Amino acid sequence: MTGAALVLVLLALAAVAFHLGRKRAFAVSAPLGGAKHLHSLPGYYGSLAALWCAVPAVIVLVLWLSLESRIVENLVVSGLPEEVRALPPERLDLVVNDIRNLVEGNIVSGEVDPEMRAAAGRYRELQRTSAAASAVVVLIVAVAGLGVAWRRVAPALRARNQVERIVRFFLIACSTVAIFTTIGIVLSVLFEAIRFFGHVPLTDFLLGLDWSPQMAIREDQIGSSGAFGAVPLFAGTLLISFIAMTVAAPVGLFAAVYLAEYATPAFRSVAKPALEILAGVPTVVYGFFAALVVAPLIRDTGTVLGLDVASESALAAGLVMGVMIIPFVSSLSDDVINAVPQSLRDGSYGLGATRSETIRRVVLPAALPGIVGGLLLAISRAIGETMIVVMAAGLAANLTANPLQAVTTVTVQIVTLLVGDQEFDSPKTLAAFALGLVLFTITLCLNVAALHVVRKYREQYE
Amino acid sequence: MDTSIHTSEAMVRRRAKRRAAERRFRAYGATAVALAIAALGALFASIIGNGYTAFQQTYIELEITYDPETLGLGEARDAAALSAANYPGVVKKAMRETFPEVTGRRAKRRLYGIVSSGASFILRERVLADPGLVGETRRVWVPADDDVDMLVKGHIDRDAPEAERRVKDDQIAWITRLERAGRIEKRFNTTFFTAGDSREPELAGVRGAAAGSFFTLLVTLALSFPIGVAAAVYLEEFAPTNRLTDLIEVNINNLAAVPSIIFGLLGLAVFINFFGLPRSAPLVGGLVLTLMTLPTIIIASRAALKSVPPSIREAALGMGASKMQTITHHVLPLAMPGMLTGTIIGMAQALGETAPLLMIGMVAFIVDVPGGLLDPSTALPVQIFLWADSPERAFIERTSAAIMVLLAFLITMNALAVVLRRRFERRW
Repeated sequence: MTGAALVLVLLALAAVAFHLGRKRAFAVSAPLGGAKHLHSLPGYYGSLAALWCAVPAVIVLVLWLSLESRIVENLVVSGLPEEVRALPPERLDLVVNDIRNLVEGNIVSGEVDPEMRAAAGRYRELQRTSAAASAVVVLIVAVAGLGVAWRRVAPALRARNQVERIVRFFLIACSTVAIFTTIGIVLSVLFEAIRFFGHVPLTDFLLGLDWSPQMAIREDQIGSSGAFGAVPLFAGTLLISFIAMTVAAPVGLFAAVYLAEYATPAFRSVAKPALEILAGVPTVVYGFFAALVVAPLIRDTGTVLGLDVASESALAAGLVMGVMIIPFVSSLSDDVINAVPQSLRDGSYGLGATRSETIRRVVLPAALPGIVGGLLLAISRAIGETMIVVMAAGLAANLTANPLQAVTTVTVQIVTLLVGDQEFDSPKTLAAFALGLVLFTITLCLNVAALHVVRKYREQYE
Repeated sequence: MDTSIHTSEAMVRRRAKRRAAERRFRAYGATAVALAIAALGALFASIIGNGYTAFQQTYIELEITYDPETLGLGEARDAAALSAANYPGVVKKAMRETFPEVTGRRAKRRLYGIVSSGASFILRERVLADPGLVGETRRVWVPADDDVDMLVKGHIDRDAPEAERRVKDDQIAWITRLERAGRIEKRFNTTFFTAGDSREPELAGVRGAAAGSFFTLLVTLALSFPIGVAAAVYLEEFAPTNRLTDLIEVNINNLAAVPSIIFGLLGLAVFINFFGLPRSAPLVGGLVLTLMTLPTIIIASRAALKSVPPSIREAALGMGASKMQTITHHVLPLAMPGMLTGTIIGMAQALGETAPLLMIGMVAFIVDVPGGLLDPSTALPVQIFLWADSPERAFIERTSAAIMVLLAFLITMNALAVVLRRRFERRW
């Protein structure tokens, strides 16, 4: 039985359990004089039975599925001939991989000998057995749960409270997903990064000026020791983010001021959705736009002016990233500007100030903490933006402050190091996780600072 | 001047200055809005301008003789033999017969290059569907090669020096002759919507990527909506204010601002390397995007719950409903439109997301249309990224067309969210 069919059967069983539980509730209450003598509504007895039936079975199923492949693999490996089992772990992994490919009918890397064929046969056999066994066990658990629930139904059973407790437990579990995600991120990046720092010292990574992450295939190869100095990447990231912010900050801020303070309702009803569309365009589209339209435009303009412009200049990526961030800045600033109490404006007008004077001297200073918070969030977004720079910025790590040259960024390097096939424990791949750790730390600091500022500001006027 | 109450010379000068400053400031604001809208216009104009031609494809009419000898069939007519027959040979023969004057290996190769390599697949399908065709002669429209397609659509300048053109002089002469004979036609490009990826632009389509996106979003929706709503309900309705809930809150707000590529790293390290889920599978993509969109959905759902007035809760509690009954019977139905709006916006975000999918290997070149959650697949934005990297001129217009398809989906989803908000949102 396949997993999907098993889940469907489980659902059907749960439905049956609901029905049986409800009927049982009516049955046990009949001698007492009807359903009004039950503690809970009859439906709750049904729900309780359904939960008893489905929840343990699902837990068993999930455990089974997560352990199945490992157990099957171990069994297959233990059945392999002695000389294969004596291979070093990496080679053994390769053999296991080949067997798995053989099972799935994929292309196999090496020669297929009869032993491997036999192993593949065993693998398939074990998988079948496991699938059948899992179906049987899961269904037994489900039916047993149903039986227990059926026997427990009694007029005094506090079914509603029990169901509500289970639901509440589910709600709590769901709300902790956010914590587990953060923990997962920290652990996954941290572990690999620590392994990377076992190959490359932390100081070399953070302070080195040379980035060329090729590792040698042979010992005697030229340039065999890869250089992992990440300073050029940080510089490139900062350069592009700076260009982006010089576009996004003034344009976004002025747009927000204009829309909040000057624009007629009719104009606002056109301009706001336009900005929202700009915010909803996927970054890969901006990347394509940058590479196809903006970068050639800047290069040609540069050529006309007699400047030497790289075809993947930092300027092109930065400008387009700035356009991407405009709606982000403007919507955050719009929120904080609207949160400034009208009485402050009225006071200023009453003293004879013009609109722009009111905005510059009263509204903006009052909104400044919120605006700064919004800008910090925008910077964090610029630093972490990936697709635009992958498509429009360069790959070579130049340490330069010239926006007309090609630079590379942290995110570009993560993508280039991890896309494609790679062995998982070479310093090259691990370097990506080290970069990820840096990226996560920096954006985390920016976000926490920004959120703190914004929250403080909101409280001030609420 | 005299009507003014400000009579001193200095005052008048100051007033003029202040008014000029006012106008300037206002102009800055208007310029900023105009710049943003102009950027949007430029973006859409370049995408549509580059992409609309991709919805048409150039076809060439050939007089195909399904000659058993050229096909290398002999007497066999079973499906295996028909499937393995030499259809490219038939296409080449048809081309030679159309232009009998072409001699020399290089010229012939250029001649064969006019027609797409997909032509032979079309012929094979027809023969497999109707084996009686063998031995017959039929007029068949087959797709042209992508370079010819570009030439016919005017993306290649016919007057440019030959060395700078992908289409050579003699090829242009043949194409012109075919055009005069009415044997070249532009038709609606159905391949683009029905085929998977291909190295040949004229055979490439978005169906595989769209199916991959569909399965990925299915997983995302199935997980993130219930989890997001449940988390929002707990945080908004049940959670006591203590350190745990504070921690959860900080985490949610922070996760909303974590770069998406970090979620990709998480997916690679946890789902693929630790749990051993297959690379390139929509299941893993969906899991990663779930974690990414959860904060959006939770924040929107909490706002929706907050907007339900407390009087409703109090009334239900006063009638003897339990807290859980109050929420499931009264609060949730009233908050549902807001929650759905947030979910749709989260889904739209997930649909456009590329970077995390690159990390978990959904960038492979995959020809087959995926049929399930574990089949290797790509997604629409990743397909755009892959095509944008291809050197062929014809892929530029197909990339733009794929972007138009993606944007159409996104705009539909957002419009749906807006409609939902307008129709069901209640002000209390």
